[in-house]
Amino acid sequence: MLILALDTATPAVTAGIVRLSGPAGTTGDTEAGDTEAARAVAGGTDANSAAADGATAVAAARPVVEQVAARVTVDPRAHGELLTPHLLEATADAGITLADLGAVAVGTGPGPYTGLRAGLVTGAALAHSLGVPAYPVCTLDAIAAGPACPALVVTDARRREVYWATYDASGARTDGPHVGSRAEVPETAGHVADHEQPTPEGVVRAAAAEILTAREPGPLTPLYLRRPHAAEPTPRKRVTA
Amino acid sequence: MAKIIMGIESSCDETGVGLVAAHDDGTVELLADEVASSVQQHARFGGVVPEIASRAHLEAMVPTTQRAFDTAGLSMSDVDTVAVTAGPGLAGALLVGVSAAKAYAAALDVPLYGVNHLAGHIAVDTLQHGPLPTPCLALLVSGGHTQLLRVDDIAGTITELGSTVDDAAGEAYDKVARLLDLPYPGGPPIDKAARDGDPQAIAFPRGMTGPRDPKFDFSFSGLKTAVARWVEGAQERGEQVPVADVAASFQEAVADVLTAKAVRAATEAGIGTLVVSGGVAANSRLSTLARERCAEAGIELRLPRPRLCTDNGAMIAALGAHVAAAGHKPSSLDLSANPGLPVDTVLV
Ligand SMILES: [Zn+2]
Repeated sequence: MLILALDTATPAVTAGIVRLSGPAGTTGDTEAGDTEAARAVAGGTDANSAAADGATAVAAARPVVEQVAARVTVDPRAHGELLTPHLLEATADAGITLADLGAVAVGTGPGPYTGLRAGLVTGAALAHSLGVPAYPVCTLDAIAAGPACPALVVTDARRREVYWATYDASGARTDGPHVGSRAEVPETAGHVADHEQPTPEGVVRAAAAEILTAREPGPLTPLYLRRPHAAEPTPRKRVTA
Repeated sequence: MAKIIMGIESSCDETGVGLVAAHDDGTVELLADEVASSVQQHARFGGVVPEIASRAHLEAMVPTTQRAFDTAGLSMSDVDTVAVTAGPGLAGALLVGVSAAKAYAAALDVPLYGVNHLAGHIAVDTLQHGPLPTPCLALLVSGGHTQLLRVDDIAGTITELGSTVDDAAGEAYDKVARLLDLPYPGGPPIDKAARDGDPQAIAFPRGMTGPRDPKFDFSFSGLKTAVARWVEGAQERGEQVPVADVAASFQEAVADVLTAKAVRAATEAGIGTLVVSGGVAANSRLSTLARERCAEAGIELRLPRPRLCTDNGAMIAALGAHVAAAGHKPSSLDLSANPGLPVDTVLV
């Protein structure tokens, strides 16, 4: 299945086309080419696996995720402007059209940029008009799903704060996502992904299990983690002294 | 064959999605006009909170779009063109609509037009009263804008003759409502209270009407302060504030200045048609006075029904229909929202 992955929760405008199939032999729709891709991808993620006793065994247990095309630009003010051009370019690079997509996966943050909503509404509107499901993905999970399998992911929350979450060796989130000062972030012996951005592949990896079970996705709700900044009016000042 | 235009509006606190049919004879027909409003979420803050509005737009966008298609009995593949408010408005709010419109246009593989919200308020009248005679004059009054515009071509040539130098007319309503302990937004409760009041009871000032003031600009800040002074004076004397009279006299001052300047502008320019639109156009005193004064001056008044006057997607679809029919080049998909889009830029 071809999936469009989007994320606008970090300073990067991220869009890409990712091929996803179930572990070899477990799904009917696995194509011949995917088995090779499965081995290649699984081989590349050996470092990810605590007990990688051969590529074939890993391939049998893991979904096959292959990034076909990606367009990423780091510019926190260009989310609204660049996202649609990026996703169309990635689609063209992949040699497909939007009608070939089987699903959309979108980073839901947490992210401090108003651009976060650009990614979510773009994903929702595309899925709506194409008649395919849209899967929400915690952006920190998408970063953690990269090949280095980090134990701690930290991103910029502005206002001198960070968003963070921790992950165990299997890649499962163990704490977070939270927003707070640097001092509140726990020490870790594992890998630290500090101010990284997710890849389209990471976005799809983080949603792979849900997509492959064809479960009805949850709503594309942003992980704001903060209440809107708004003050109720103070008692009106008199105009006459 | 009629063309189907989808319009998306998200410049302030209403998420609007409209569908119109553009016929070959230049008429546009309303097929659907769905609006989700976040106004009640802003009420306790006494004004629109941008972050709350943006969050609400994101939640409402797809469901509102689906409702529009359900109402019109159309499917998405019927759409020939997508139009969206590119500005002016709140940055974060506009971003949601513009992003959604780009995605819909890309997925449906149809042209996208990023258009001006203010021009949309004028174009909406063509859904009710047919093609606009040109030139015509437009008075736009709402919580966000108060402008007098000359329209030579709804698809491209709009000139500002005057605008407010301080508060928008709708803002003055909100502030006076607060002063009188009436709810937000202030337009409807002041209009209601004024029905039982005497519009001549208190002589509130008419802003910007001195001999040396700009002829077609407006000012409502002084009026708001005058109302506050008057109410505080009554309270200090231990008198009961006559809410109905204050509301009626305030409303009279607003409607008087707006209609006097609009009719004068039309008369001086020899323009025979006045369109009054925007949320405040639904105000009963404004519409009554506009009718009287236009009739006296021999000017045709075009007043869209209240539902069309407030922010909605149908007005953007209607404008998109006119812009597309005029043969203008569609917007690029790297279009960005422009919160300060000037009124003379109809298409981005
Ligand atoms: Zn408006």
